[in-house]
Formats: sequence, structure tokens, C-alpha cells
Amino acid sequence: MAKVSLQHVYKIYRGEKGGDVTAVHDVNFEVADREFVVLVGPSGCGKSTTLRMVAGLEQISEGDIYIDELRVNDVAPKDRDIAMVFQNYALYPHMSVYDNLAFGLKLRKFPKAEIKKRVTDAAGILGIEKLLERKPRALSGGQRQRVAVGRAIVRRPKVFLFDEPLSNLDAKMRVQMRAEITKLHQRLQATMIYVTHDQVEAMTMGDRIVVMNNGVVQQIDTPLKLYNEPTNLFVAGFLGSPSMNFVNGTLKIDNGAIEFTELQGGAIKLRLEASEHFREFSGKPVLLGIRPEDIELAQFAATNERSTSSFPAIVDIVEPMGAETNLYLQTGAHTVVCRSQKALEHREAGRRFQFDINLEKAHLFDPATGARIV
Amino acid sequence: MKRVSFYALVWLVVLWCLAPFLWQIVTSLKTNAEIAALPVTYIPRHAGLEHYDALFTRKPFARYLLNSFVISGTSTILCVGLSALAAYAVSRLRMRGSRLMLAALVVISLFPPIIFFFPLYEMMRAAGLLNHPLALIIPYTTFNLPFSIIVLATFFRGVPRDIEDAAKVDGLGRLQILWRIILPLSTPALATTAILVFIFAWNEFLFALTFMTNDRAKTITAGIATLSGTTVHETPWGPIAAAVVVSTIPLILLVAIFQRRIVQGLIAGAAKG
Repeated sequence: MAKVSLQHVYKIYRGEKGGDVTAVHDVNFEVADREFVVLVGPSGCGKSTTLRMVAGLEQISEGDIYIDELRVNDVAPKDRDIAMVFQNYALYPHMSVYDNLAFGLKLRKFPKAEIKKRVTDAAGILGIEKLLERKPRALSGGQRQRVAVGRAIVRRPKVFLFDEPLSNLDAKMRVQMRAEITKLHQRLQATMIYVTHDQVEAMTMGDRIVVMNNGVVQQIDTPLKLYNEPTNLFVAGFLGSPSMNFVNGTLKIDNGAIEFTELQGGAIKLRLEASEHFREFSGKPVLLGIRPEDIELAQFAATNERSTSSFPAIVDIVEPMGAETNLYLQTGAHTVVCRSQKALEHREAGRRFQFDINLEKAHLFDPATGARIV
Repeated sequence: MKRVSFYALVWLVVLWCLAPFLWQIVTSLKTNAEIAALPVTYIPRHAGLEHYDALFTRKPFARYLLNSFVISGTSTILCVGLSALAAYAVSRLRMRGSRLMLAALVVISLFPPIIFFFPLYEMMRAAGLLNHPLALIIPYTTFNLPFSIIVLATFFRGVPRDIEDAAKVDGLGRLQILWRIILPLSTPALATTAILVFIFAWNEFLFALTFMTNDRAKTITAGIATLSGTTVHETPWGPIAAAVVVSTIPLILLVAIFQRRIVQGLIAGAAKG
């Protein structure tokens, strides 16, 4: 097994008349041996390009990529000892499933018996033993993706690379395959890099997550760290569903306490514990970030005078999810989403309720830089 | 009712298209007297194979067939092989001016071959290639390259790039990818171009007639044209009809064989959708 290290990696597409496009900008991270790292971000953020540079399918414009101690910048994909699973499965349509799995091994001149053993093993792990004689066109999407994963497994590579492998599957299949890939990782104890645009996949699968936007790494951390302590507005807004609420307001220092006031006469007013941190933002605009689950109907909120702050709001839309309810609140200046543990019905829409914000979970962001203040 | 009229219409069209060929078959089976007889008979009264017999005894017709096979076959293989390489380069390698090249190919293919007639004749004569199969193989291959490259390049572009990437990771080089992945997936396009090139070469007349003056070197089209009657004023309709039938049968067989290849949609199952 192996570790992967990216050091100051750039991907620059040279334009015709000096109009260069930097698709990947100074990416640095290290994937430890046996680690499952997820690259996540919106489409066009450079995550796939980064992965393809690790695979050797894209030239590295600047910087270095190491697999173990070997600098692989100029090593061909086949000599990097990696295996890749593609979004479109990329099976060889003219070969049977068995030949698809065996192809890479045949090219590497493995003995026939060994090939057979490995293919049978992989097929067993993935539950595709009965499909070995079929052609890819006779398989369903989920089966094809299993074969694609199998093609990677038989190689027993140092590093597995996944490029949005579940995006073409339907929702149910995606959840199932997600769990299977996680199980596979535990079973194979392999180093894996996984690219997705789906924050749920990122959160559920990754040991660590690399969040990217516009070619720049925003934050690298464990799922819960990212969720609870996002470094900036982008990460805060990208992870979580429904996503974090952002409320425009101003800070004012008052009697040693800090007061947040929502703009344009909105109903949200918070008193936060003072800290030196805030002093420079006194009188300036800030963004309050609060996750839907940290807002609750006041009558059901855990009563903790010190850590909650309440505000009145009209419920615009009620979305009963069964166990919980998504409420779209009108504060006067913003629409804020609240995920209430209380089951409400549609007819509650239009009523005015009192809501509590869990101050311990509230974040403040600097609107100018997007960075988190606290 | 609708169905019946539809099939009737289809058969009418088929009959319309095949009528000349059917007439050739009928004529080739008639005796000379019956060919000239009026009123015309549609079913030969004394069907016989003497015209076919005459072809192979009075003329080196087997030789013509062989020449045609060698020349058309070699042209087809060369043309498809070269255009596959070129088409792959045009469609996949990031080359400067590959678009210009494709546009140039289209323009080149617009020139009528006849304008190359005299220069080519002089070149072949200077090279001492007259009456040599290469005198026809070279122009046939060249004339068909632009068209073949365009057809194959279009098809190659349709092969998902991920498949090639997977092949690279699996350990294939560029040429191996072309040979082991792209070409097997492109059999419909390959078969189509091969058939068209073969038919072009098989049916080509002008160059064949003039570059191959020696009777032993002639291809079948030129051979048919030089069939002559017993006198200058007699056109040998019977032998000509028999020759047409004999020279068309290989083409029909070829298309019938490759037809199944064309119909098989091999790309299905490679990617989603």
C-alpha cells in the first residue's frame, strides 16, 4: 500500500493568445497509507483534473506528485501502479466481463492461473460471478459499475482512484454502492482517492475530505471537523442539506457584550459573549451562519437561557419529512430554513412562531473575505 | 390494408431498382437469336449457360476477375489502414491544424478524378508501372483516403474518451489502443468504408481501361468493355450480360457478409445510455 503526496500542483491550460486558464491552483495535500480521501466541490472546481493528474491522464503543469517516494510527474499511467474507476464505467464493450477484468493483468503478462484466481476473487467480492460471460451491454448500470470496480480490484494497485463513480446510478443504487465501496475500502485496506460533487458521498465515505472551489483547496479535514468548523463561507454553504443559513447583519459592542443585529429590520438579534476577536468588526457588517438544525421552535428548544437566543418569524412553507420538518421562515429581511424535530403539518404555514437559535453552534463570517471569524 | 399497400410499395421500389440487373440475368441466359427477337421475351425459352462458357474460354475472364480482386482488395486494405491511422490522429491527438486538415480533405475530395488523369498517366509511365497492379492501387487508395478519413474520424470521436483512459491505465500504448480498443469498436464504420472503397475500385473504369493496355493485366470492367462480337457491327449482348452478372456477384456477396457487421451496434453498453 502507499501514500500519495501532492505538492504545489498546478494545472494551467495554455490559451491561444496568452489567455491561460488555471484549472488547479497550488494544490497541496497528502493521502496517508490506507486512507480514504474524498475530493469534493462543484463541477468545474478542478477536482477531477487533480485526480487525473494523479492518474497520469493529465500533464502536471507545475508542482510534483509523489506516490510513495517516487515522483511520478513523468511516469506513464500504466507504470504508476494505480487503478481508476470512471464515471461512465468505461468498460470495453467488445469484451466479456471476464476479459474486461482480466485485460490489465494479461497486458502485464500474469500467468493464466493467477489471472483466473484474481478475477474469480474480485467477482466474488462484488457479487458478479454469474455475469462473467456477458458483454457489458447486457448489464444494468449498477452491474457495470461493479465490473468497473472489479477491474480496479484485480490489479491490486497501490492507489485506487474513483472519478464520480456513482453519478450515473439512480438514487437507490447510489446509496447501496456507496456502502459497498466503503466496505471494500475496509476490506482491502487500500489507499483510495475519490472524487465526487455530492457532499453526502463526501461526508459518508471520506476519512478526510478535500473541499475545492475554482481550482483552489478551501479546506482539508475530517467530515465532522468540516461540518462544525468550516473555514469559510464556501465550505460552510457547500456541506449540509439544507445548507447553512446566512444572515446579513452588523456587530455592535455594548457593555462588554457583543450584539448582532439583522439588517433591514430583521427580527434576529443575538447577544454573544464578548471576545477580543470581535473588536475589529465592531460596527461592521458580518454574516451570521447558522445550520437549519440549530434553529428550533422555541417551545421545543432545550431551554438553556445562556446559549439560546430567540426571535419571532412567520412560517412561509412547511415541508414535513416525517421524523422532522423543514420550515422556511420569514424574519422580515431574510428567508431562513429551520429543521425542527417537531412534526408539523402543512396547515401550520402562515402562522407566527417564536424560534430559538443555538448560539454555541452559530458562526460569524467576514463578508469581505468569506473567512470565518468564530 | 395500410400494411399491405406499404409492402406493395416497398416491393415496387425494390423491383424498380433491381429491374436492370434482372434484365441482365435474363439476357445472359438467352440465345443470341432470342436476344434479338421481337417481341421481347421475359422468360428465356431456351435458357443456357453458353455465354458464361464463352467468357472463360474466348477471353481470360478468370484473369480479369483475379486482377480486380487483387487491385480492389489491396486498395481497400491500404486505404482503410492508412485512413484509420490518420483519422485517429485527427480525432484524438491534440494537433495544430487538424481542423484545417479535415477541411482540406473535404475540398480535395471535391475535385473530379478526371483532372488527375493525364498527370497520373505520365507518372505511371515514367515509373514504368503501366500494366502493373500498382498503377491502379495507388490512385484508388489515394482517391478514397479523404472520404475514408472523414468517415472514420467522425466515428472515432464517438468512442467515449473514458474507455481510452481506462485502456491507458490498464497499460496500452497509443497504437495498441487504436488496434485493440478503437478499431474493434469501430467495425461498423470500418465495414462501411471498406465496402465503399472496394466497390469504387471494383467498378472504376476510366483508369483501368487506359493504364492497363495488356489484356492479361486488365480488370473486369475494362475486360467487359473490350468484349467484341464476331464483326465490328455486332454488339455481343449475351456475353456482356453474362460478364455483368459474374462481376456483380462478388460485390453482392461482400455486402451481404459485411452487412451483419454494420448492423451490430457494438458501441452499446460501453457507457451510460
